[in-house]
Amino acid sequence: MQSPALPVPEAPSLVPPALRGILPLLIAIPTLALFHWSLTGSDFATYLLSVVGVNIILAVSLNIVNGMTGQFSIGHAGFMAVGAYIAGYTSLQLKEVALSFLPVSASDQVLFMLALLVGGVAAALCGFLVGLPSLRLRGDYLAIVTLGFGEIIRVFVQNTDAFGRALGLSGIPQYSSPGMVFFWVFLVVLAARRLAGSSHGRSLWAIREDEVAAEAMGVDTTGYKVRSFVFSSFFAGIAGGLFAHFVPIINPGSFTFVRSMEIVVMVVLGGLGSTTGAVVAAIFLTLLPEGMRSLFGALGTEGSLAQRVDQIRMPIYGLLLVVLMLSRPQGLFGTKEIWDVLPRWLPRKRRGLA
Amino acid sequence: MAQLLQHLINGLAAGTIYALVALGYTMVYGVLKLINFAHGDVMMVGVYMGYATAFAIGREARGSFLGIAAVFAVAMLGCALFGFLIERFAYRPLREKPRLTALITAIGISFALSYGFQLDIGFLPGASPRAFPEIIEPKEWIIIGDRDVVVWNWQVISFLIAVGLMVGLQYLVFGTRFGRAMRAVSWDHRVAALMGIPTDRVIALTFMLSSGLAAGAGLLYAIKDTSVSPLMGLYVGLKAFVAAVIGGIGHVPGAVVGALVLGLVEEFVVGYAASTWRDAVAFGFLILVLLVKPGGLFGRVAAEKV
Repeated sequence: MQSPALPVPEAPSLVPPALRGILPLLIAIPTLALFHWSLTGSDFATYLLSVVGVNIILAVSLNIVNGMTGQFSIGHAGFMAVGAYIAGYTSLQLKEVALSFLPVSASDQVLFMLALLVGGVAAALCGFLVGLPSLRLRGDYLAIVTLGFGEIIRVFVQNTDAFGRALGLSGIPQYSSPGMVFFWVFLVVLAARRLAGSSHGRSLWAIREDEVAAEAMGVDTTGYKVRSFVFSSFFAGIAGGLFAHFVPIINPGSFTFVRSMEIVVMVVLGGLGSTTGAVVAAIFLTLLPEGMRSLFGALGTEGSLAQRVDQIRMPIYGLLLVVLMLSRPQGLFGTKEIWDVLPRWLPRKRRGLA
Repeated sequence: MAQLLQHLINGLAAGTIYALVALGYTMVYGVLKLINFAHGDVMMVGVYMGYATAFAIGREARGSFLGIAAVFAVAMLGCALFGFLIERFAYRPLREKPRLTALITAIGISFALSYGFQLDIGFLPGASPRAFPEIIEPKEWIIIGDRDVVVWNWQVISFLIAVGLMVGLQYLVFGTRFGRAMRAVSWDHRVAALMGIPTDRVIALTFMLSSGLAAGAGLLYAIKDTSVSPLMGLYVGLKAFVAAVIGGIGHVPGAVVGALVLGLVEEFVVGYAASTWRDAVAFGFLILVLLVKPGGLFGRVAAEKV
């Protein structure tokens, strides 16, 4: 895997320095608001959009661990499950509560935000508990321990009455909307990009390139690895919380190893270390099965073919990983971002990490 | 007291099976410094080979000694060949690449196998578990008291087969030229190559050996469980990995001890707590071991050098 491009001296920017910090927010909030109000389409479009958004959050957050830090977690669905169950449970408990000084919808959204944060923090806590022992050692252990962690979560949920055992939780208020999901997409992408350019992020890149050398340079490798893992788990928990608030029911079957692998494939396909790559791959891999399904449906061949898309998808994901590693281990973009690989005649962002 | 003895016997019987799989992880890790994620799924493929053989030779031949031998031989040899192919075409091209690429490849193979076998296209068996033919007809061999303690014939046979395979392995690793080459490669594969050891061949043979052993263990597990399913590799493989880590990965006798410990712990959890928690115990145990003694019982954490 090639090393990230070296930063070049900053080019003069059009944006005054005072605005630079909050500029993304200034652009994103009106855009998201427009997006939110213009969306009155079908239920299915809303649902699909939300799923795309959740997958982007998952892929971008996993990329922080698997891409930037060079560790390999394959239990992201486990953290998503923690977030989904804790946030869903919180919302169920707060169902009767309303903040009387706010209009009903605003009060719902405030409570929803609260539930999301509770879920995210719970997932981050689990990330710490799982990451600390395994990240003290070499990265391979993380892969197995995260896989085992997913199993523990599943067994735990199936044995806990409060979480509905194997039946799952239903009746969680449907607070979520594509606007809210994409607000978090915006936050995670911003956080990941800012992290990649920060000194903290540079330590992560150093660990990824050569852990021994990074340690020799004085990087506290375990500390940085655990922090990046906790950070990533937090956003996985948020994604889970969002997911719990727009699907009718969550059960242990929604958060299996298959789900984790889907996210891993997105990150590897996009390029380990490329945030925009993860976004592109997440969109592509979420819409592809839907597209295939409707294509087969429209062709009117045996209905079984359309139903089997999901089944056939999984071994193909496995083979895709193998083929990618053998032929193009850097994925679509490697560690570059999408604006680094666009054709020359398009205006480019200045080169470098930031 | 009798109950305790019964649990001890069951735990040891399960532990010896885990040990055979754990040895595969440990040997491959020894020569390649790779956690062979697909090990459990290669085992699963081997079990299906044995399953097909058991049906091919028919009900009559199945119970006879020759029939059992044929099932084990086909599964173990076929699986060894399969392990060789995976090593040759998926791992060897990545030998000099960063370690992460090999790990991702292994995860990809594992996923492709365990979910590929769930399809029901062509020869693939489909997702639902199938009953494994009783190649060893269950009989109670030893009964103590009023059925307080029961030892089944398959427990004894599988214990003997497992111990036999382990003794053979011990001789192979410490008593033959190949074993010496293997240990040299695991010590330092570059220097071993300079000393004239054909490292590629040694690594390929190690893979074949570990896959063959895994197929044998998988068959014993299928006999115990009386079923085969595409996902069995994932579960047995994970537990065997935990066993290998408990003993200290890369340490051959450690893997056996770790597997016996894990088998006993699982059996006691099922016996005295709740059986639904069985699958979570192994991983809780793994995290505990990594926290307290990351090198495992016998291994030590070696500082990585450049």
